[in-house]
Amino acid sequence: MIAADSTFRLDANFVDYLIVVAYFAVVLGIGLLARRQVSSSIDFFLSGRSLPAWVTGLAFVAANLGAVEIMGMSANGAQYGMATAHYFWVGAVPAMLFLGVVMMPFYYGSGVRSVPEFMRKRFGTGAHLVNALSFAIAQLLIAGINLFLLATIVNRLLGWSLWVSLVVAAAIVLSYTALGGLSAAIYNEVLQFFVIVAALVPLTTIALHKVGGWDGIREQIQPGPEQLSSWPGTDLTGIDNPFWSVVGIVFGLGFVLSFGYWTTNFVEVQRAMAADSISAARRTPIIGAFPKMFIPFVVIIPGMIAAIIVPELAALKGGDAVEGVTYNDAILLLMRDLLPNGMLGIAIAGLLASFMAGMAANISAFNTVFSYDLWQQYAVKDREDSYYTKVGRLATVAATVVAIGTAFIASNYSNLMDYLQTLFGFFNAPLFATFILGMFWKRMTPTAGWTGLVSGTLAAIVVAILSQDALGGLSLGVLPFSGQGASFAAAGAAFVVDIAVSVAVTFVTAPKPEKQLVGLVYSLTPKESLTDPDQASLPWYQSPVKLAGIALVIVIIFNVIF
Amino acid sequence: MSEPTTKKTAGAFDIRYIIGGLLGFYGVVLVVVGLFFTSEEDLAKGDGFHVNLWTGIALLVTSAIFAAWARWRPIIVEES
Repeated sequence: MIAADSTFRLDANFVDYLIVVAYFAVVLGIGLLARRQVSSSIDFFLSGRSLPAWVTGLAFVAANLGAVEIMGMSANGAQYGMATAHYFWVGAVPAMLFLGVVMMPFYYGSGVRSVPEFMRKRFGTGAHLVNALSFAIAQLLIAGINLFLLATIVNRLLGWSLWVSLVVAAAIVLSYTALGGLSAAIYNEVLQFFVIVAALVPLTTIALHKVGGWDGIREQIQPGPEQLSSWPGTDLTGIDNPFWSVVGIVFGLGFVLSFGYWTTNFVEVQRAMAADSISAARRTPIIGAFPKMFIPFVVIIPGMIAAIIVPELAALKGGDAVEGVTYNDAILLLMRDLLPNGMLGIAIAGLLASFMAGMAANISAFNTVFSYDLWQQYAVKDREDSYYTKVGRLATVAATVVAIGTAFIASNYSNLMDYLQTLFGFFNAPLFATFILGMFWKRMTPTAGWTGLVSGTLAAIVVAILSQDALGGLSLGVLPFSGQGASFAAAGAAFVVDIAVSVAVTFVTAPKPEKQLVGLVYSLTPKESLTDPDQASLPWYQSPVKLAGIALVIVIIFNVIF
Repeated sequence: MSEPTTKKTAGAFDIRYIIGGLLGFYGVVLVVVGLFFTSEEDLAKGDGFHVNLWTGIALLVTSAIFAAWARWRPIIVEES
């Protein structure tokens, strides 16, 4: 636990608070307006018909541009340097492009709206139950991370203890979710994206100037200039052998973790489904890929600079124990040292906004899956709609309370990315294996669906327990993996075991009749429902495949340079 | 689609006006702070940059671009 009282403060003044208050006034105003208007007006905010692809594309990135991206990735940048960019250029962009080019037409064509729903249609209730449960648990744990970071900011601003900060932050998110509701979520995400950019770009510019530009970083970065190149990333993975480190990054992060996250995550995929046509839905993740590939420059680089020019972080990186400071504080410390009042307010507003939006997204995704996929399906069936709405509301409150608990788990990790990637290894890696196998192999049986998921998750947990530190004190240190290499290994194990078990079980159990799999399995789905009739007539900047090609080329160039 | 549909613009609900409005407000605040309330200490913090002033100007420009874009290509909503 962090001793909250012995740490640094951000000196916000009246102007900063004015800026923060203005943000919340706008957000709550949107929520209230959305409530008061009749349903057709809610379409103004959300409707697939009226929202262009650039809005859903930005929401797609912004939904993910929460605590993890900003605090986690800058912490990672401070600790590991440029190798952190793998999370963007290897671990996100290719998967986003794959989602847009290959999978989105399939999602859209099959009429499936959520991942648990796909699981139920493809494999029946076994896999559905496992998936819905693990998704719900994952959302609670991730909500804890967002809440913890939110409370950290409140703590740095006002000096309240972590406990009080957590409870207050949770109360704010709860009222914000209740007021703004899901309907204003996408709207807020886009707004938040621009405020965050308005905060991070000046911060990065000043930091670069102060440290003496790129050359300044090169000369001063510790332990040495290898932190400036992203490959082979041995520090990041904790794997000493460069070859296996690259394998860990490409297979563990680039393939299993990132494809698992981006292509099956309910929160993300849902954003793309809100677009108005199949080609807009395909463009959503592809448009999102463009800002995504530039985010490292305003998140990782400030983190790296913070580890040079902020005395506390430099000492921490040098191996000294510094009380009350962890890598997770990199951005906050940089803000404290570099931003004058006024600009500081914008930075605080941006951070608060993104963590709240992140937690609100976790909580509302949890509440949807809990009330419709779990409660309605398995506990109390066939009640009127208002009953399930009430269940959803109670679930929201319960989830917020639970998130206070999971926030304390998160507070035990000095680098939150380690923790988060471990969670993704447990939940997303097996899901992706089952998903991809079930989509392309029509023989795969319902029993194989749920046994694969369960054994994949178990395999990841076993690897995490055997590793050096993936589960903190629970890890035994039998396997030579630490840091994020351990989560890459766990994810890889989950994927391989899931596939192996699914294949083995399939051969001894009965498949579903082919007639029930139309629209769910690639080979049984008519090609017309996978393509857009207007495709040929779109200009190049609206063609998903051409846009994806451009994005891919830029990302390859980045990987060559860094 | 048998019902007649009416088309209208999203008007003030257009997200681009809201983004532009908020960023514009921030721009004004920062420019005012930057012009009239910047101490030597603040300048030193920003390594000699007039952080508030320049960010404020950039925000005002961005805000104007959003407003212009929203005017130029209004979102049309069909209501049944």
